[in-house]
Amino acid sequence: MKAFALITVLVLGGLLFYATPDFPSWGDSESPASRHVSPYYIEHAMEDTAVPNVVTAVLADYRGYDTMFETSVIFSAGIACLFLLRVYRRKSDQTRLYRHVHTGITLRIAKGGKLPENTDEFERIDSLWVPYDLIIKVCSRLIVPFVQLFALYVIAHGHHSPGGGFQGGVIFGAAIILYAISNDLRRAFRRLNERAALLASAVGVLIYVGTGLLCLLLGGKFLDYGKLADLLHTNAIMARSHGILIVEVGVGLAVMAVMVSLYYNLSSAGRHDEGL
Amino acid sequence: MESLLTNFLAKYNYWVYIGLVMIGMYAMIAKRNLVKKIVGMNIVQTAVILFYVSIGAKKGKMLPIIAHGHGESGHQAVHAIDYINPLPHVLMLTAIVVSVATLGVALALTIKIYRRYGTLEEDEIAQRINEP
Repeated sequence: MKAFALITVLVLGGLLFYATPDFPSWGDSESPASRHVSPYYIEHAMEDTAVPNVVTAVLADYRGYDTMFETSVIFSAGIACLFLLRVYRRKSDQTRLYRHVHTGITLRIAKGGKLPENTDEFERIDSLWVPYDLIIKVCSRLIVPFVQLFALYVIAHGHHSPGGGFQGGVIFGAAIILYAISNDLRRAFRRLNERAALLASAVGVLIYVGTGLLCLLLGGKFLDYGKLADLLHTNAIMARSHGILIVEVGVGLAVMAVMVSLYYNLSSAGRHDEGL
Repeated sequence: MESLLTNFLAKYNYWVYIGLVMIGMYAMIAKRNLVKKIVGMNIVQTAVILFYVSIGAKKGKMLPIIAHGHGESGHQAVHAIDYINPLPHVLMLTAIVVSVATLGVALALTIKIYRRYGTLEEDEIAQRINEP
């Protein structure tokens, strides 16, 4: 098996090696990839859409149809993960651990045992031992709001600097995942529960598709943001810029929600009860 | 000899990506553990992303954000030769996020397999399938 793998990999590497002299050198400004459509994008992005960041303009305007389906791919990945893993179980069919807050004594409640009722004095802890890390909790509590603010900046400022819906959405999701890691999964659910995460991912895709359909209803082509001009009280060029922002917000919402929902499902193996 | 060496160095981005593809493919074929296979798959994805992004590079040129794009002085002609190619960046931007999402689905499948068969080793899983 190993020898077979080695031969296959060497043959593949040899073929790629053999083809490489035909490729342009690194940093060649006359390479075939830079000659067909990309000069048009660079030279006309500003006058067509009023967006200085060409990557954002191409992503959400010139290739908006492609990006819409990329967003739906991410959405379907989140849904697929949910369908594969999610298990709904009754509350008390497994061993649970509780910690008495004031004394630090840990109670182990076996299957079917009586659970403590006073939630002020007892807090639930994960059965894979989780230390009481005050430093980590406080530090991540300090970091999380700034990470979220930065994520919103990356989404909103994607027109003028590197950024946009995908990057900002991932950063926002990372902030929530950081909160879930530093505290525990149940506390993260109190901030953003499963239902809200799934709803947000669906709403994100809906914003994207809805913008496209709105353009269609206003007499343009699908995702032709210029037709939103009357609605937004601007000219057609600025309407394309605003349309890109609306779409990026949708992408950011969908990506954030799917990242969080993937983490929830994977870390707890679908039980949404205990996890990292 | 001299020209061969300069030729070799001029295309060093391709050597890196070929190396990464070979490492990833080897992991996908030779390793028996499913998680290691997924890691191999991700290495191949990273190699493809590197390949695309390096194709868009132009030596000594600006990143594709139009200078003086906002404000009053925005009426200069823009020359495509001054900016690197934005198209591979756009394609890979979405590919990175999609690769994370597909990684999530792959890991979900492995969790499912582990629940059913109690192992992630390929040969042990095959053994357990063949058992009655």
